[in-house]
Amino acid sequence: MEYEILGLPVWYYIAMVAKVLVVFVWVLLTVAYATYAERKIIGHMQVRLGPMRTGWHGLLQPIADGLKLFFKEEIIPSEASTFAFLVAPLIALVPAFISFAVIPFGSTLTFGEYKIPLQIAAYADKAGSIIDVNVGVLYILALSSLGVYGIVLAGWSSNSKYSLLGGLRASAQMISYELAAGLALITVFMVSGTLSLQKIVADQAGFGWYAWRNPFLFAAFIIFFICSLAEINRTPFDLPEAETELVSGFCTEYSSMKYAMFFMAEYANMITVCAMTVTLFLGGWHGPFTDAMPILSPFYFIAKVYTLIFTCMWIRATYPRYRYDQLMGLGWKFFLPITLVLIVGNAFWINVVGAGNWLGTLFA
Amino acid sequence: MLNVASPLINGLKITLQHLFKKPVTLQYPTERPEIGPRFRGLHALNRYHDRSKCVACYLCPTVCPAKCITVEAAEDPITHDKYASRYDIDLLRCIFCGYCVEACPVDAVKMTGNFELANYSRDDFNYTQEKLTDKQ
Repeated sequence: MEYEILGLPVWYYIAMVAKVLVVFVWVLLTVAYATYAERKIIGHMQVRLGPMRTGWHGLLQPIADGLKLFFKEEIIPSEASTFAFLVAPLIALVPAFISFAVIPFGSTLTFGEYKIPLQIAAYADKAGSIIDVNVGVLYILALSSLGVYGIVLAGWSSNSKYSLLGGLRASAQMISYELAAGLALITVFMVSGTLSLQKIVADQAGFGWYAWRNPFLFAAFIIFFICSLAEINRTPFDLPEAETELVSGFCTEYSSMKYAMFFMAEYANMITVCAMTVTLFLGGWHGPFTDAMPILSPFYFIAKVYTLIFTCMWIRATYPRYRYDQLMGLGWKFFLPITLVLIVGNAFWINVVGAGNWLGTLFA
Repeated sequence: MLNVASPLINGLKITLQHLFKKPVTLQYPTERPEIGPRFRGLHALNRYHDRSKCVACYLCPTVCPAKCITVEAAEDPITHDKYASRYDIDLLRCIFCGYCVEACPVDAVKMTGNFELANYSRDDFNYTQEKLTDKQ
């Protein structure tokens, strides 16, 4: 006897909940251990050791940090706008986590007659074709712009000059770099012809990664990654919390768990951006043998995401922070014109050479 | 374009090379630093028979730029030797310059490799002759 809800077997709903749990736990664990990895990697790049005392080679450091922040005293400045002050960390954190709903983190698993696509907001209908959010990219772009509201609100509600400056910087930076990032994404849509992440990934099968499709797409990949770093306020674009200028920027007045939420949001955003870059440019979960063994695909996805996260940390260990006018100049005068040129160049390439896997046909 | 990118790439190369170098960190309380033979740590007074070698010549309090050494002389009733009845170093004022060691004509005061001088009260930093004299 098969139970059905809204025309779909119950198992689909159970699978959905399981996917949500697995992805959420994975993101939380990655956030926690990204802080540890960051301290370790940057430490070793500066010929130091990084955390060594809590547990073997400091492996329990994220747990110790979490416990410490959890039990710290909650301080709300008396002049702060209390409601906005309390809500701001949540507004920053929630979009960072829920953007993961549309990212395909693996291919489709088949259990007997059931097919389970490894993407939270996706299911296979009775005919066996996979249905996902057909504007997945727009959804992620919308949520990533929503995240900055938390930062702006935090900056304003703290009623402190440093926080306000941090919040203003965050919004200005977001606006300038979202343009270039969005334009860089247009080159992808020109090739894929869809906004559904499931179909974008399917189109990149067999090393037909969009980043290698043509030189314009490769440039778009680099620019999108850099602009994303700027959007999520990672170094070298961490002006909203530049501690040498603004104490701690928008989170100056925050302490205990609310500060931890901003911290988690920052790292969750980093994971989302890396996952997004992998999905759009680096073939998503595709890798050797994924057709024969779909269970391998999440591991390829995770490996690619972790490589990009390592790159973020590597960049942080290497470059100093941009000056504010340099940041604006880079966004408006360099990335924006270049992405416009890339769109035109990409259009020419598609018409002359074709949208297909150019490198693949070259080697075949 | 190339000129813009090459220093950026060079920077990334350098940090990546450093990632594989051996860290220079000393895990301090468990790993001890190697202390040079002429390290200027806590003072000590060399011993001659039953008391310190000091003959209370006052050269060290004279040369001391921080004025942290207090010496009082006394006469031994039997041998009529001059000796220091009091030899105090106020470690909170001492700047560890080592001039007292240089000035000492009888090699009485020396400096050891002990650098862990933290203590609980102000009085604990007043090192008297008993505390300074070698306990060998």
